[in-house]
Amino acid sequence: MDANQPIVAETNTSSTKTPLKISGAEAVLRCLIEEGMDTIFGYPGGAIMPVYDVLYSYQDQIQHVLPRHEQGAIHAAQGFARVTRKTGVCMATSGPGAMNLITGLGDAMLDSTPLVCITGQVFSKLLGSDAFQETDVVGCTMPVTKWNYQITKAEEIPQVFAKAFYIANSGRPGPVVIDITKNAQLDMMNFQYEKRNFIRSYRPLPILDEEKLKEAAKLINTAEKPYILAGHGIQIAHAQEAFKSFVEKTGIPVGCTIHGLSSLPSDHPLYTGMLGMHGNYGPNLKQNECDVLIAIGMRFDDRVTGNLDKYVKQAKVIHIEIDSSEINKNVYAHVPIHGDAKMALDALMPLVNEKSYPGWLQEFRDCDVIEKTKVIDRDLQPSKKNEIRMGMVVREVSDQTEGKAIVATDVGQHQMYAARYYEYKGTNQWVSSGGAGTMGFGLPAAFGAKYANPEREVVAFIGDGGFQMTIQELGMCSQWNKGVKIVLLDNNYLGMVRQWQQLFFDRRYSSVALENPDFLKIAEGFGVPGRKITQPEELKDAVAEMIAHDGPFLLHVMVEKEDNIFPMVPSGKSISEIILSPEEL
Amino acid sequence: MAQKNIYTITVFTENETGLTSRVVSIFTRRHINIESLTTSHSSIPDIYRFTIVVQTSEEMVIKLVAQLEKQIDVIKAFYYEDDEIVYQEIALYKVPTKVFAHNTKVENLIRKHNARILEIEPEYIVIEKTGHYEETQALLEELKEIGIFEFVRSGRVAITKPMERLNKYLKSLGERVKV
Repeated sequence: MDANQPIVAETNTSSTKTPLKISGAEAVLRCLIEEGMDTIFGYPGGAIMPVYDVLYSYQDQIQHVLPRHEQGAIHAAQGFARVTRKTGVCMATSGPGAMNLITGLGDAMLDSTPLVCITGQVFSKLLGSDAFQETDVVGCTMPVTKWNYQITKAEEIPQVFAKAFYIANSGRPGPVVIDITKNAQLDMMNFQYEKRNFIRSYRPLPILDEEKLKEAAKLINTAEKPYILAGHGIQIAHAQEAFKSFVEKTGIPVGCTIHGLSSLPSDHPLYTGMLGMHGNYGPNLKQNECDVLIAIGMRFDDRVTGNLDKYVKQAKVIHIEIDSSEINKNVYAHVPIHGDAKMALDALMPLVNEKSYPGWLQEFRDCDVIEKTKVIDRDLQPSKKNEIRMGMVVREVSDQTEGKAIVATDVGQHQMYAARYYEYKGTNQWVSSGGAGTMGFGLPAAFGAKYANPEREVVAFIGDGGFQMTIQELGMCSQWNKGVKIVLLDNNYLGMVRQWQQLFFDRRYSSVALENPDFLKIAEGFGVPGRKITQPEELKDAVAEMIAHDGPFLLHVMVEKEDNIFPMVPSGKSISEIILSPEEL
Repeated sequence: MAQKNIYTITVFTENETGLTSRVVSIFTRRHINIESLTTSHSSIPDIYRFTIVVQTSEEMVIKLVAQLEKQIDVIKAFYYEDDEIVYQEIALYKVPTKVFAHNTKVENLIRKHNARILEIEPEYIVIEKTGHYEETQALLEELKEIGIFEFVRSGRVAITKPMERLNKYLKSLGERVKV
């Protein structure tokens, strides 16, 4: 056998019964196949080369997607994971390659996204010697991973991968890092794979407490002004249908967290809007008037609660949550229900009464009228100088995609507009960086979502700041001809920071003005066609052109420069102190 | 501000490399100082135990325990107040041999504090004392007056007064797996 040829076992890929002698590098790929993975978002380099070498022979079974930066790889894997709810696989080399994953790991950790990230590492005999491209990856990634592990021997590979995949996508999902020394990739081992579904020290699926369910049902059935907070956990648990049935039976109005968007269609009669700092008026104001608060699969982030000392003190809180460390972390739960959202909703369903709250619901609708007059009508029309406003663009895209597209966003004002003005009518539609607020997330995440779901329309709303953080991933979109529709909302500013500087720092615009390049030329250079618009009259036609285009497309929209996103719960204030315009500050 | 107390946290874990860092980071990221940390085997094969002493509020210690249990390789964590545990620390004192010569003071000290001598060398003597912080500290203060080369005190080790809850927990886990 030619020594330069990778050693590839000639067997089928179904569960291995007899041990095979293969290299650790090949074992890595076999593990992925055993777990049903067919895509790696990765970037090669010295310490991971043995795996890349074997990959060359596995191209018919595993597709490798090359970004232009490791951050692009991990965000793409996140986008993939978020719309499929399957584990995203990401790969990088040691040192800088691994370190470039850290932003994505932190993001995935905060937004409960299942990832298995494989990083190469120097030979185990060199560990700790400051060898070329050696970094303590396990140490670096510890705070931003659900679990991580360094493999130094080839024979550890199958059991560690089985454990990693089980951990990443069970319970509250999260990112896992497997760091593999080069010798472990090169050494031969007997391959035998067994999927894991039990770890003694890890209980991903809690058993529901019957008593707590009864207590919760009693509270729900006797409530006069109940309110539901719908979080990411509903979609993670595939509980959309169960949730809809529960909502319709109990008749309780619903507010969504940002990652709860698309867990209930936004035109549903019981949907009241989004929670949070830039959420809707009613959901913020009325939370502090409800008598029973049912929080499902959410963690009471400070962007949702505002000042905790003045948050829902009047209400009895039922908290359905799979991660027990989230219960009573920020908000005391009178009835904690530690469990999976779907299981909990299914179990509650027979215990709750059919009810409706027309008067209480009307209070939300009254708030809607106020918000519409003071905020929404303004956001959906051109500025006095006839400039396009972000809200108009988002709503136009929403209308032309019939509320069915997957919406990926970057971070900032445009993100809030996308959350507020897109009318979500499907499920698993929202791909955005919530907990971490990672600029540069939008484009690669949109790519990952489109890659996973080529048949679905994927629109990425991105600001001119964040776009330039991962703009090189236009190359990834172009190379794979994945039709991500990029809507660049360009105000020549880091808009959200500028808004805060305007409102809270006496308009001292410190380092927020952007001197932008010709984005269309850049896109063209990458082979991505586009169109730039500046006038409101062009919007409808331009969006239609973008959607009709087969392949990636950049719609560059010049928007009002100093637009502000409202409503707003100013930092440190109570949600009851939500304001609808800067004059109220 | 909630009242701060001394809490002893017992963490039962798998034996995995790097777990100490994960455990410690739960405290450091919240800017909580660890007063002492000791690791050892537990009475159950393959299960390790950390004994961690912190000064904080009960509200915080409950959150810390929840975060500890969230770690994949942590089996179970418990927290205790001092009256729920029997605990000890060990201290070693290196004192010059010459202070013993023609002097009954040191001998009296050793008797009084119920300490013992571990080693005698021409230059120095090593004394051992186990007890609570106040007790090992008291001997230190007195030896300081006579002269001391070196002093070291271990972290706290603790045995709980309630019967070990871990065994019960592990048993229930075994039953669940069978179901």
